[in-house]
Formats: sequence, C-alpha cells, structure tokens
Amino acid sequence: MTVPRPSGTRTASVAASRAELEERLDGAARTWLSEALAEAAHAAEQHAGQPAGQDVADLTGIPVPPPARPAAWELRFASAGRHCGGEHAAAVRALLLRTARPGQDALARLYRYGDAAERRAVLLALPALFSGPEALDLVQDALRTHDTRLVAAAVGPYGAAHLDPHSWRHAVLKCLFTGVPVDAVAGLAKRARADAELARMLTDFAAERTAAGRPVPGDLHRVLALTVPPEAS
Amino acid sequence: MRIFDPHIHMTSRTTDDYQAMHGAGVRAVVEPSFWLGQPRTSPESFHDYFDALLGWEPFRAAQYGIAHHCALALNPKEANDPRCVPVLDTLPRYLVKDSVVAVGEIGYDSMTPAEDTALAAQLQLAAEHGLPALVHTPHRDKLTGLRRTLDVVRESALPVDRVLLDHLNETTVKEAAGSGAWLGFSVYPDTKMDEDRMVAVLKEHGTARVLVNSAADWGRSDPLKTRRVGDAMLAAGFGEDEVDRVLWRNPVAFYGLSGRLRLDPPDDPGTLHEGNSILRGGE
Ligand SMILES: [Zn+2]
Repeated sequence: MTVPRPSGTRTASVAASRAELEERLDGAARTWLSEALAEAAHAAEQHAGQPAGQDVADLTGIPVPPPARPAAWELRFASAGRHCGGEHAAAVRALLLRTARPGQDALARLYRYGDAAERRAVLLALPALFSGPEALDLVQDALRTHDTRLVAAAVGPYGAAHLDPHSWRHAVLKCLFTGVPVDAVAGLAKRARADAELARMLTDFAAERTAAGRPVPGDLHRVLALTVPPEAS
Repeated sequence: MRIFDPHIHMTSRTTDDYQAMHGAGVRAVVEPSFWLGQPRTSPESFHDYFDALLGWEPFRAAQYGIAHHCALALNPKEANDPRCVPVLDTLPRYLVKDSVVAVGEIGYDSMTPAEDTALAAQLQLAAEHGLPALVHTPHRDKLTGLRRTLDVVRESALPVDRVLLDHLNETTVKEAAGSGAWLGFSVYPDTKMDEDRMVAVLKEHGTARVLVNSAADWGRSDPLKTRRVGDAMLAAGFGEDEVDRVLWRNPVAFYGLSGRLRLDPPDDPGTLHEGNSILRGGE
C-alpha cells in the first residue's frame, strides 16, 4: 500500500473530482452519492449566511456538544463506506466535505464523533477548508494518537503550513518512530532545510537505536540529508 | 480452521493474545461494548470507549491480520446509573459507523425497571439502524431472565431472528432455540460453558444458528476457547464443515444481517510500515 498523498484533493475542482469518482461507482452508489451531495450542498447554503467564527469549538478546552440530530449529510459522511465501497469511502468523504464546507464547529464535531476513517477524511480536507491555523487542534489531536492512518494525515499540507517548529519536528520524528513513510510529510524538504534542531534530534535518535542494537529507519538518513543548509550542499 | 469470535473484549487483551489468536485460526472478531469492571460515571467515558472500538482497536487487530468489528450499547449494569443513561442520546451518532455490526451487548443484569427501559430503547435503535442485536442473558436467575428478555424482544420492532441470545447453557438452550433467535454460547475456563459441555449441546441441538465465543475480557477467560471448541468438535466426530459452520459461517451470517461486515481488513496498517513494529514506537 502506498500512503495516500494528502495534497491530491486540493488541485482538482469539486466537479472534476465528482465526475472522476462517479466513473468508479456502480449505479446504486452513484445514486446514493448524488443524494448525499445534494444534502451537503443544502447544508452549505444553510450556513453560508451565518457570520464565520461563531460557536467556535475548541478541542483542547470546551467540549463539543453533539447536536440533537446530526445533519443528513453528516450521516452520509459516516456511512460512506458501506454505501459506496470501502475503497471509495475516502474520495466520497473528501467530496462531501468540500461540498458542505462545514464551519469550524461542525468540522470539530465531525472529527470528535468520527471513527478513524472519518477523522482521517477531516484531516485531509483541512487545506481545502481553511486558510488559517484555526483547525490546528485537530492536527494536534491526531498527532497525539499512535494510529499511523491519522499521523500520516496530520503531517499533510495543513500541518506543514501551520505546525510550529517544535510540534512539526516531533511529528517528523513520530513518523520515523511509528513507521509512517516520510513521503507522507508535506513540504518535507522545504521545512527541513537548514533545521539544525531537527538534525540534532535525528542524530540522537539514530544513536539511541544503534546503542540498542536496533536498525535505524532508512527514512531517517533521507530526512537528515535534507537538513543540510543550502550553502553547505 | 478459520475462526470468527463473535464476542470478545479485545480492549482488555494484549498483543500476545492477538498473535496467539491468529495462530489458532482467528481471522475476525466482534467486540461488544460492556462494563469495564470500574464503573463509568458519565457519557463522555462511553464516547471515548466507543472511539477506541471504532479506531484504535481495529487498528491493533489489523496488524495481526484480524478483522475487527464492534457492537455498541449502554450495558445493562450501567443502565442502572442515571449518570450514564444519557449516552443513549448520543448512541445513534455512533450506530451509523461502518464497522458497527450490531447493538450490544444489551439485556438484563439485575432485572430492574431501568434495565427494562434501556433494553427496549436499544432494541428500537437496532431496528431503526438496520442492525441486529447481541442480547446477553443474565448470570443470575438465568431462565427467568431469558423469558423476560424474550418478552421484551417480542414487544419490540426488532424481529427475533435478528437477535443473538448469548451466554446460553443447558438450562436455557431449549427455550432460546424455540424462540427463533440465534444461539450464543460463551466458553470460559471455569464458569459458563466448557468445551465438552458445548460439544454435548451441539450433539443434542445441532449446529444451526449456533455461535460459540470466548467472551474473553479482563476476568479469568481464554481467547483461544473458540479453537478448543473446534478441536473438541472434531475429536467428538463432527466434520470440518460443521466446525466451519459454527465457528465461521454462522457468525458471518448473523453479523452479516447488518450489511456492514467487511472480512478483508481495509487499509491494513501492517502493510504501511513494512515490518517496523508500530507498537514499540515511542518507547
Ligand atoms: Zn461480554
């Protein structure tokens, strides 16, 4: 299995992604998808008039209250796997998120009450939904897990854009620890360049592994090479 | 021998267990929600537990080549604590998840009015969500408990053939079989059923609609009891096809009623890290 590239969803338009996805689905799943997208579009219209930033949820502080009834499209988001096939669920969820364009509160709720596949979908959709760091709490929550599916999604373009240097370095190190290929780390070369602190952490980690008689992950040397300052290379 | 353990609490087990289970032939499990030994005091504890059954535990299982599904519910014991009951309001949000294949385990513990209410409400939720229900029979006063359970099931919107009655034994199997429900037997090291008694029940009642589980949890229990039953069945003259029916095809048929069973673990994280042990990461 290759690690999905989080950046893929960002480039294609919603319409193009939908057409590409529909080609892969059977008749029943296509019908289901079209109903689900209509509900998602309806939800987008509903909250389009509301001022942004209201009811701001904070995963690290105030608990996210569940609404009495989740919106119709949110139930579709949860059940995408069994209606469209597990292999298409990620693409379906990405499309639903880009169509519904949930606000910060709704997105935090989807993540809080989502299973691992839903959480991963939320993380991968962040760059398409927010330009600022307002959803960084979700990335940090994912980085606290030990689930490689979530860790890999957390180090995508949104994490690359907004994680502070300390958190980002620990995220890279966590990838090496847990076996997430560093190819999943968006903007790796750019952020690693001339990062002496990252180089120190990698070197220490390699020494620790060697002392324990355990192999040093191959990816570590790759990242270490990227930390060399431009003038030295 | 391929084995589907239809009732096991892997949250309480170690990776050694997963490894041994895979070695014994276990390829699929269903983990029902239950009491953790230490009473919970708020719905939030249930939410975190449900998250584990929908996230971390399937992730662990997949690393050992085992497909993990779950059944979610407010368990009978904690249905008696008013601090926990509000979890019934958020349960629907979790019952729509792709890896939820039943409502459970529900049923009676002490047969209180609060348990009546929770059982009826959750049978209704199962019917509304197109899910079967895993209903355990109480440890104490079992036959009375079974009868009362069947009364509530018959009054509910859930057809009895979408119900798995669990923890059955010699004293309850006849009446349970007559109801049309699926029949579950938990095989434990020293309480409930043992493998030889299980074989005797199978000889008398046949293998139709019978499921065998280890119900392994944090108490004295053995996650390999399903395999022991398979071996005991073969030793007693049952054919491999009959063993396969009890240990694989029956649980697949029952949980398959949900339409959500996926027996090929998707996104097997074991392949993500090519031999690196994720479980040691962070040490
Ligand atoms: Zn149990």
